[in-house]
Amino acid sequence: MGNLKLLKDLKSGQKGIITKVSGVGSIFRRLLDMGISKGAEITVVRVAPLGDPVEIKVRGYNLSLRKSEAANIYVDLME
Amino acid sequence: MAKKITIALAGNPNSGKTTIFNALTGSNQHVGNYPGVTVEKVEGRVKYGEYDINIIDLPGTYSLTANSMDELVARHFIIEEKPDVIVNIVDSSNLERNLYLSTQIMELGVPMVLAFNMHDIALGNGVEIDKNLLSELLGRPIVFVIGTKKIGVEKILEEAISLIEGKFHIGDVNIRYGKDLEGEIAKLEDIIIKDKELVSRYSPCWVAIKSLENDKEVIKRLRNSPFANEFFEQLKTSMYHLKVIFSDEAEAVIADRRYGFISGACSEATKITKEDRHTLSDKIDRVMINRVLGFPIFLGLMWLVFQFSFKVSEPVMGWIETGIGLLGDLVGKFFPEGSPIQSLAVDGVIAGVGGVLVFVPIIFLMFFAIAILEYSGYMARAAFIMDRLMHKIGLHGRSFIPMLLGFGCNVPAIMATRTIEDRRDRLVTILVSPFMSCGARLPVYALFIGAFFPQKIAGNVLFSLYLLGIMVAVVSAKVFRKYVFRGEAAPFVMELPPYRIPTLKAVVINMCQRGMVYLKKAGTIILAGCLVIWFLSNFPWNPSYSKDFDALVEKADDNQELVTRLENEKSLEKLEKSYAGIIGKAITPVFRPLGIHDWRLPVGLIGGFVAKEIVVGTLGTLYSVGEADEESVPLKEALQNAVRPDGSKTYNPLVAYSIMVFMLLYVPCIAVIAVIKRETNSWRWPIFTVFYTTAVAWVLACIVYQVGNLFGLGN
Repeated sequence: MGNLKLLKDLKSGQKGIITKVSGVGSIFRRLLDMGISKGAEITVVRVAPLGDPVEIKVRGYNLSLRKSEAANIYVDLME
Repeated sequence: MAKKITIALAGNPNSGKTTIFNALTGSNQHVGNYPGVTVEKVEGRVKYGEYDINIIDLPGTYSLTANSMDELVARHFIIEEKPDVIVNIVDSSNLERNLYLSTQIMELGVPMVLAFNMHDIALGNGVEIDKNLLSELLGRPIVFVIGTKKIGVEKILEEAISLIEGKFHIGDVNIRYGKDLEGEIAKLEDIIIKDKELVSRYSPCWVAIKSLENDKEVIKRLRNSPFANEFFEQLKTSMYHLKVIFSDEAEAVIADRRYGFISGACSEATKITKEDRHTLSDKIDRVMINRVLGFPIFLGLMWLVFQFSFKVSEPVMGWIETGIGLLGDLVGKFFPEGSPIQSLAVDGVIAGVGGVLVFVPIIFLMFFAIAILEYSGYMARAAFIMDRLMHKIGLHGRSFIPMLLGFGCNVPAIMATRTIEDRRDRLVTILVSPFMSCGARLPVYALFIGAFFPQKIAGNVLFSLYLLGIMVAVVSAKVFRKYVFRGEAAPFVMELPPYRIPTLKAVVINMCQRGMVYLKKAGTIILAGCLVIWFLSNFPWNPSYSKDFDALVEKADDNQELVTRLENEKSLEKLEKSYAGIIGKAITPVFRPLGIHDWRLPVGLIGGFVAKEIVVGTLGTLYSVGEADEESVPLKEALQNAVRPDGSKTYNPLVAYSIMVFMLLYVPCIAVIAVIKRETNSWRWPIFTVFYTTAVAWVLACIVYQVGNLFGLGN
């Protein structure tokens, strides 16, 4: 597990498997509702023109989230 | 006799739920509100066979947690109103996430038909779904639908009815949560079952799962249970136990299991025939929200929305004004000339109706444009681009467009805040939008800038006002966020749905619904407000004039100039002696720190409550120049030459600027107040807006005048 990273630190084009979602309250629940859960594959598509939020692909669809929210997601980097 | 049944449509946002609802019900729709909340309830009726079906379009949600108002409303409706069947609209091209909501409806144990919408798009993406197998795995009937082409829509009703008639056998398919989790669920269920009242309304399994998920509503309900102590003891033990086993929160484990169940079923019953490649949407987004091009494209599109809604509506608004004027003249003939009843009909009722109607073109056109942005999928991209900036002032990326629209007209701007999901984000956006200087305030600026500032700096003066409005909005938003609407920021986590070509029908239906809501809910308030202001500025009807104007006019019958002057003088005196005049005079001292000493200005500002553009006309009457607009030279001269009793000038550039600052920030017009009432579903926020904006306006205008005076700008 040398490749464990936070989603917010991934660059666009990088891909990984979600290993853990932390956090509390509504943000945590919202992430789970949107399919951000253990085992899902996740790809960073791009960063917004102003540097935040980021766009990712998960479970076959596109999702955007702020970097502060992406800091709750642990990813096992692929490649 | 027709059998009455209720069907509720549930589904994710962007699943095409509304398209299917429109296809099912046609134009037979009714928009209302769910009791006590601002969430819209859309209902429609359709006859099918021997059934009279009431169809409810539930708010689009990703889940049924107690997180957002929309989710709570959808959930309450399913649990409390017990619709006969839930039709769950599922986007076939995005199965996994869409089925997550389905698993939660399954947990509720209610009859459900799965309508797999956009089946054609899924096929195009290379996803083949084995309908029969998946239906068996999920234990619910599945219908393939293409909502935009109305394919399979009737079949939804057919399946729903066969479910009601018991023709479809619901297999005992339940989500497998795994041995450990199911063990804890069973222990909790054993206690829940003892609470007979609770079990009569909710399935025990659902209550157990929700309590493990820490669901606020369910926990609250359980606290009132006679078995609360026993239950929470067990819940604590279960949660601890699960945490030890999974080293994760129970909530996350449950979500994992639901997704596991979905992934399992999908991988068995779907076949992917194409290599995973970039979709068309991905390619479009490479340009649309590109680091370099994203902003220019966004601004260009906003410019188009503006041009479209304001340029097209301008002439139509002109026609409405002319039409109302003509109607007023015509109706006026039926009443005795110069009587109170004539004035009530023409200046009160007809002008008031005109005041309502004049906004209709802009609201319809703007919502036409907004619906296109929303349905095409661009609205989410706009929020994506703007969020960084808006988040800095404590708002959401989606707040930007409504605030921008405010520069045109605050009424549709406030109505457009509907796309903001979080209640607090939405309220703050509503409260600060009126500081965006709308088009109707421009004539007042034009009048005062024209009269008191040299041509070469006119543009800068005007620009400074707009900038001040933006700054006040930004500061207000921050303050509201920090002191009034405190707490955890709402999650931004937002889907970027695939681009789609919006159907004209959906756009038109949305536009008409918005327009009708405005006419019905806001129209009455606006009309009432107009009548109050009409009364204030026209009564007492026959004040004792200082001169016998009628006799003087008769004497001067061939001197047209004198007659006009006398008539202007008479209107001035009538307004001066009216209730509005009396109030204006009474409140004038309040305006002294702002450099305003003339009672006429406060009277004009009272008129501005109906509509900002009225202020210039009222000032025309008050300065005895007759009918005037912002270009009127006599009015400008009257303002320049006005003197106070001690002989000093009433106005100078500093006073004019102070007036414009006040004009920019004080009470938005009655139409804005009416839509705030409608959009927040309470009188609290519109009343707050009246006082808040006026206080801000007073303080800032006062600072401008006093500081300006210190620097000797007043001379």
